[in-house]
Amino acid sequence: MTERITEKTLGDYATGAAVLGTGGGGDPYVGELMAKQAIEEHGPVDLIDPRDVPTDALIVPSAMLGAPTVMVEKIPRGTESIASFEALETHLGEEAFATMSIEAGGLNSTVPIAVAAALDLPLVDADGMGRAFPEMQMVTLTLGGISATPTSVADEKGNSVFIDTENNRRAEQFTRTTSIEMGGACMIATYAHMGAQLQEHAILDSMSLARNIGETLRTAISRGADPVAELLELTDGFELFGGKVIDVERRTEGGFAIGTATIDGFGPYDGRTLQLEFQNENLVAQDSDLGIVASTPDLITVLDAETGQPVTTEGLMYGQRVRVAGMPCSEKWRTDAGLNLVGPQQFDYDIDYEPIEIIHNHERT
Amino acid sequence: MNGHRLGVDVGGTNTDAVILDEKDDPIAKTKTPTTENISSGILDAVDEVIDQSGVSVGDLTYVMLGTTHATNAITERRGLNEVGMIRLGAPATESIRPLLEWPDDLAAAIGNNTAILDGGHEFDGRQLNEFDEEQVRDCVRSFDHVDAFAVASVFSPVRDDHEQRVLKIIREEVGPDVPVSLSSEIGSVGILERENATAMNAALTSVAAEAANAFIEAMDERDIDAQLFFGQNDGTLMAVDYALEYPIFTVASGPSNSVRGAAYLSGIENGIIVDVGGTTTDIGALTDGFPRESSVAVEIGDVKTNFRMPDLIALGIGGGSIVEQRDDESVTVGPESVGYRLTDEALCFGGSKLTATDLEAAAGTVDIGETTPDVDGDTVSAAREYIRTKIERAVDRMKTSPEPVPVIVVGGGSILVPDDLEGATQVYKPDHYEVANAVGVAIAQVSGEIDRIYSLDDQSRDEAMDDAKSEAIGNAIEAGSAEDSVEIIDIEEVPLSYLPGNAVRIKVKAAGDLDH
Repeated sequence: MTERITEKTLGDYATGAAVLGTGGGGDPYVGELMAKQAIEEHGPVDLIDPRDVPTDALIVPSAMLGAPTVMVEKIPRGTESIASFEALETHLGEEAFATMSIEAGGLNSTVPIAVAAALDLPLVDADGMGRAFPEMQMVTLTLGGISATPTSVADEKGNSVFIDTENNRRAEQFTRTTSIEMGGACMIATYAHMGAQLQEHAILDSMSLARNIGETLRTAISRGADPVAELLELTDGFELFGGKVIDVERRTEGGFAIGTATIDGFGPYDGRTLQLEFQNENLVAQDSDLGIVASTPDLITVLDAETGQPVTTEGLMYGQRVRVAGMPCSEKWRTDAGLNLVGPQQFDYDIDYEPIEIIHNHERT
Repeated sequence: MNGHRLGVDVGGTNTDAVILDEKDDPIAKTKTPTTENISSGILDAVDEVIDQSGVSVGDLTYVMLGTTHATNAITERRGLNEVGMIRLGAPATESIRPLLEWPDDLAAAIGNNTAILDGGHEFDGRQLNEFDEEQVRDCVRSFDHVDAFAVASVFSPVRDDHEQRVLKIIREEVGPDVPVSLSSEIGSVGILERENATAMNAALTSVAAEAANAFIEAMDERDIDAQLFFGQNDGTLMAVDYALEYPIFTVASGPSNSVRGAAYLSGIENGIIVDVGGTTTDIGALTDGFPRESSVAVEIGDVKTNFRMPDLIALGIGGGSIVEQRDDESVTVGPESVGYRLTDEALCFGGSKLTATDLEAAAGTVDIGETTPDVDGDTVSAAREYIRTKIERAVDRMKTSPEPVPVIVVGGGSILVPDDLEGATQVYKPDHYEVANAVGVAIAQVSGEIDRIYSLDDQSRDEAMDDAKSEAIGNAIEAGSAEDSVEIIDIEEVPLSYLPGNAVRIKVKAAGDLDH
């Protein structure tokens, strides 16, 4: 099945991406507007089923890398992503069959829509995270042994750099350094892979899931439905908590916005509190009675209690009435290798990961 | 005798006026209906307070006006200028053109003249692209019939020199009289939101001139030879010529005036202000005597902007709100309202609509109207409970910590607010609460501010802070505050994540009294 991404449906992708962004991932607004203008100029984008991609077809994901503060001020030219994309194709000596989002959450979910429109290429309904993570090596493609490099990096002035590294963590470090020289943000073409690898190692159907989530949240209230309940049904998720934000503590360390939000329960959660730990994204949720109720790599998203709209970690403020949704991550992240890349200990939390549905079945018995 | 102040607040429904004596105590006040032609409404209100106070017009030293004129012009797309919108940043930023996300009719109303030219800076002040003087000149010449210009350069909050160079070229090309709005003087980091605010500012200069002229004419007509000021949305004043240049800062000045007035009338410096009008209730936070600013982008006329705005929650509840009984026996109040038709349509005035005011009349907490409306007790208590819960929640959302805080209730519909609220140490309804906005604009100070990114690699944090403070104080004095009364009223310091060079964004605001 192929669906088309149009100006009309873009907003749903962006809202869904904010949910999958688990509080971080950069503001999807800039990506949404870039995609809007690209679709206006070049027409809608085909979103193709990853299972329909020939096993020997080349997929080249496209992304923006850098500081969110820069991205809201120095917006891309639009051609740097094309330049990096085409440079990688030339380097590999092969034309790409399609492009793809490297992360389904936040800004980078919508940026490749603009690239696909401009190049008249389809976008694969898949990504490398199923959510948002802050660093380049934190993708399931890494687990599949796919190299991030050669990564082609470009800026709006026409500068471009090829990066080849010993492993994907080093690719992150070199690309990050390059992005600073390029003014704090750059466009990259990275993790080139084949259809067979895509089907085995990427997270499938994540873009259509984002669109579904956005559509559900947009229409639930007008249908008289509970937006959060519908979201949870769609994502096999759990309501972790509901209450009022009573404290948000933030600090900046090593380029991360690190903090803890405390939520005071109401309704069924009366008398309990939830501690939400975040580093750009929400990473650990701890209930005062039940202990850890969800942790990375499972998804933790805060939603406005009344409207069901996702709240970013930057937007958390005292007095907000919120509900907290926990959603299972891909099984790929739950392997030893996956947890070694994005488990709680990789973010310096001294806890062992337990899948969210196991935590919650325990709770019920 | 000398040193009286006249404060006028032109709202959607009422025009309020007060006269303060030389000790800044209110000695006359009025609420009159706002008129289609605002200057006649202003004259009605001014005549009334002058008459009441017995003050001669020669004793009025300062006259201050708060107005919703600019806000209404945007929402109604009325009287807006055609704007030439120049962005500097090419080749960066071309993937999102100016005005892309504006509603079509609003973009059309300001003429859709946009260009993205070479220039701009990186986050650390490096030049993004060479400034091309000829290109700018050609662009300025190419815009036909624009009434005003708006200029936004990438990272101009860090370095504004390219915006200044465009200003100079526009002056050379079209002369000194065409208004030019520079984004670095209006908004903060986030080019789309800042550019939107700048374009709106440019669009509003004629509307602002119209309001200022109405104001000036009204004063001339009564031979009032006082210094004139406009209230701005941070609760301070600006001189008329400044208001003509930055009309966007009058947007949301009404609620800010109420916050300042409530603080003044109650003597409380920190708390939550609940301002109840005929249709809506604005709830804002009072921090050290001033309205707290919003930290998120605020939409005006469906367009995202990021210039300073008071942090407000607007509830659709006011004195004229219609009370509705649902089939499931629940009761809701608002957002439908009879508005200014309250005295025709409310039950207590012999009308047929059950309004929030009728609840209080039926409960006997207030003696208003011609008859006591016949409403059953359950409905009254359910509706009053509904109002209480809505207000309590909004008050709680405005707080920054769980501790109870003072709540000050002002505005014509204050009777709707119970005398005790959860989360409040006490609920105050100060004297003259119904004209708190006019009092707020009359007692306001004059401010100046600075918002800039500093690199702490080549200067210490203290040096950067001192630089910001002295610049803010200088700006306040330039705006008219007495030198010896200027104080720093707000400091905000934000470290910028991911950026090298130890970059920090410092915002400082200073304010001082007008000389009496």
